[in-house]
Amino acid sequence: MLYDIWTVFWRDWLVLRRRIGRFILSRMVSPVLYIVAFGWGLGRSIQVNQGNYLDFIVPGIIALNSMNISFNSVGSPLNMSRVYHKTLEEYLIAPIASVSFVIGKVLSGALRGLISSLIIIFLAYAFGAHALINSWFVLVLVLNCLVFSSMALVAAMLMDSHEDMANFNTYVLLPMSFLCATFFIPDHLPTVLRWFIEILPLTHASIALRAIALGGEAPLFSLLAMLVYIFSFCGIGVWLMEKVRE
Amino acid sequence: MIRIEGFSKKFGERTAVDNLSLKIAKGEIFGLLGPNGAGKTTTIRVLTMLTRPTAGKIVIDGCEASQNEQHIKAVIGVVPQHFNLDIDLTPWENLELHGRLHHMLPEVRKQRIEELLKYVELDDRANDMVQKFSGGMKRRLMIARALLHQPKVLFLDEPTVGLDPQVRRRLWDLIRRLKNEGITVLLTTHYIEEAENLCQRVAIMEKGKLIAMDSPLALCQQFGAYVVEWADNEGTKTNFFADRNAASAFAGTLMTTTTLRQTNLEDAFVELTGRKVAG
Repeated sequence: MLYDIWTVFWRDWLVLRRRIGRFILSRMVSPVLYIVAFGWGLGRSIQVNQGNYLDFIVPGIIALNSMNISFNSVGSPLNMSRVYHKTLEEYLIAPIASVSFVIGKVLSGALRGLISSLIIIFLAYAFGAHALINSWFVLVLVLNCLVFSSMALVAAMLMDSHEDMANFNTYVLLPMSFLCATFFIPDHLPTVLRWFIEILPLTHASIALRAIALGGEAPLFSLLAMLVYIFSFCGIGVWLMEKVRE
Repeated sequence: MIRIEGFSKKFGERTAVDNLSLKIAKGEIFGLLGPNGAGKTTTIRVLTMLTRPTAGKIVIDGCEASQNEQHIKAVIGVVPQHFNLDIDLTPWENLELHGRLHHMLPEVRKQRIEELLKYVELDDRANDMVQKFSGGMKRRLMIARALLHQPKVLFLDEPTVGLDPQVRRRLWDLIRRLKNEGITVLLTTHYIEEAENLCQRVAIMEKGKLIAMDSPLALCQQFGAYVVEWADNEGTKTNFFADRNAASAFAGTLMTTTTLRQTNLEDAFVELTGRKVAG
């Protein structure tokens, strides 16, 4: 099983290695824009909890960016491979277990999310942000990448066209990017909306990352919530891989 | 090698394959014919473990599909109808991925990849991107991929659709060579001459049902060894005759241009299915 996970991962790594330069460059665009627009531009006049707004949003930007990259590294390619190119069949015909495929794909998506987060951390320091990066921070980041690459796998197996995948992005990821404690703390929102936001996985990631980056304790409940998301999405993913044969 | 008993597949209300039973011997090239939508691809998908049957039993290489799917997956090679190569990878990488998925040892894998790329005459293009390949090259690479792990059964779904006649003949030679190596081949096609050229036995399906199964020759002779073909206002008509003299005498009575020839599998096919398939 480990070997099969490695095989699935190896294929994605091969493709990433070929495009690593382009991958890194394109990943720099949106974080730079966020940092310039919200951190430098808007942030000059904002004070959050007696701190600098740039320091406040960097963990949020890392959370939302690792979400987007992990999701899009798995979602679109897997959906295309299932619906258009039919390359998924190569894995379905092979004598490997569905769970190996799911884990391999999720890990490779998470790796891309981590690489792009690394880029943002460098950029953020270059722009003069202060954040405490320790092993808890990395752990939360890894969990966040895993949550969204496994969510992408589920979405890719459910959506039957490229357009539906794009809609999923618009209806699920885009609102999360703005609402899940990325740019502001959702304390002042109406109660029902706040409850809803607090259930969403990205909220846990940004709250945990910010707490750690500002020198606080890692909120264990958030870590647990993310683990629950990961296992649920992977479980559903395996089930969908089996169901695709019906 | 392959045994299908009472196999049916339903998609909701629609029955794609209805109570199909057949046996294919080791080393046989077996053709599955039928008009579009007859259930050939569904049959192949079920035999290659991509879809599960609604009812019936499938045994390949002595293993029942419902019980030992992984063993069957290890002994079959599949060339699907659509090009499903990984276009982000080179031919070599496509084959290496396949070898890894089939748990081949690195040194065996490397040797087989070299061998097969030569076999399908793509060894000089091993490191180009698959995206730039022509249809014939992609098809050949897919056959190499299907053969990499030395399967006992090869499934080919419409292997020569959309290919030049030259490439098609090269593929035919390749398939015949496989038979000599003892591989069982099941192919679907709607090019009748392809089945006639390659297959020892063919099964004809229509609307999910098996309507005939025999050698191409026996299927032809079932209606008569000779056929007279002519056209009138209503379209092309044919009449079958057991011997040439009777056919010739009948042709003499017609006032239009007629053709007298030996019955081919296409005549038998049209007679059995009642409509012509698009070539």
